[in-house]
Amino acid sequence: MLQDYLNIAVKAIFVENMALTFFLGMCSFLAVSKRVSTAIGLGLAVVFVLTVTTPLNHAINDYLLRPGALGWAHASLSGQDLSFLRFLTFIGTIAATVQVVEMTLDRFFPTLHAALGVFLPLIAVNCAILGASLLMVERGLTLPESAVFGFGSGVGWLLAIAALAGIRERLRYHHIPAGLRGLGITFLLTGLMAIGFMAFGGIQL
Amino acid sequence: MASETRRVLMDPLIHNNPIALQVLGICSALAVTTGMQTSVVMSVAVVAVIALSNLSVSLLRNMIPTNIRIIVQLTIIASLVIVTDQILKAYVYEISKQLSVFVGLIITNCIIMGRAEAFAMQNPPLKSLIDGIGNGMGYAAILLVVGASREVLGAGTFWGIPVLPLASEGGWFTPNGLMSLSPGAFFVIGFLIWILRTFRPEQNEAE
Repeated sequence: MLQDYLNIAVKAIFVENMALTFFLGMCSFLAVSKRVSTAIGLGLAVVFVLTVTTPLNHAINDYLLRPGALGWAHASLSGQDLSFLRFLTFIGTIAATVQVVEMTLDRFFPTLHAALGVFLPLIAVNCAILGASLLMVERGLTLPESAVFGFGSGVGWLLAIAALAGIRERLRYHHIPAGLRGLGITFLLTGLMAIGFMAFGGIQL
Repeated sequence: MASETRRVLMDPLIHNNPIALQVLGICSALAVTTGMQTSVVMSVAVVAVIALSNLSVSLLRNMIPTNIRIIVQLTIIASLVIVTDQILKAYVYEISKQLSVFVGLIITNCIIMGRAEAFAMQNPPLKSLIDGIGNGMGYAAILLVVGASREVLGAGTFWGIPVLPLASEGGWFTPNGLMSLSPGAFFVIGFLIWILRTFRPEQNEAE
């Protein structure tokens, strides 16, 4: 039982890394990886939001959207299938969660809010968040499994962006061909990192 | 006016490409480009969504309260993506299965939000529609180049039809499996940007 959860987490962190295998959250991955400290700040915010939204979306999908999900409300509703509303509902949940998280942090943990503040609004349109929710539905995970999956995906993303930022900080002292400077070399670097992460392929607990 | 329209339409293709220069909408550009067919379907879907979302946002721009504009834009885009997803499922079911979650992820494609926010909120409907098509084409151009090179180099086929004789079938070409995997996508886009910037040095970034 515990092993199952551990397996999902390890798979989400290393084997199927959100950023390097599924290319999710690439926009902020490339844009915010110039300094390690900001990269870790954004990564932590992503971990947090993913851990909250993935199980939340799972519950919404299970009780409201999937075919026959409304059966608990009234017997006559058990034939309804609202799954076409999935995209709209999920993105709404994510935007709302980000908003609530931001207000809560502001009220109770001002230091953490000061550190993560700038990144939180960005996260609503980070495809890693929506991607995790959609993948969770596609794979048919249960509620606790989806919480573990969300957390693991976030940690994997944090790991990848922190590592990339570390390399890019060192790159500043190197002479790179003019056309490759900035974006180009970052793509090649990410490709090399993706090869590195492929070494984890097939690991199963 | 004619030259203005042409500028809005053609600029995003090479001069101000959304992927290569503005670093927007990378996620799907990398994930769906393992083959030509998925790239074409994805390009068509994105061009349709971005053109229609620009048009609708521009039509509604004077009615959208500034405070909640992001939510309104997201809702418009999400609704358009739902329609696109249903159409894809109805007519090209096999490819829509291969695209899996990436059709849904058009919602969070930063190009679409970016154009709605930066262009459609300030410009009249027709011009916004053209801007949407232009940026969609800029995105599609990169997608098609990357998709073609990854399929040819990774599998020796183009649109599923063999073009390079494979070594396993008596030919000379050994497919490069790396191209079909995720690192291949990063390398192809990286080199594409390098080539583009070699011919357009004004796009180089400061050291």
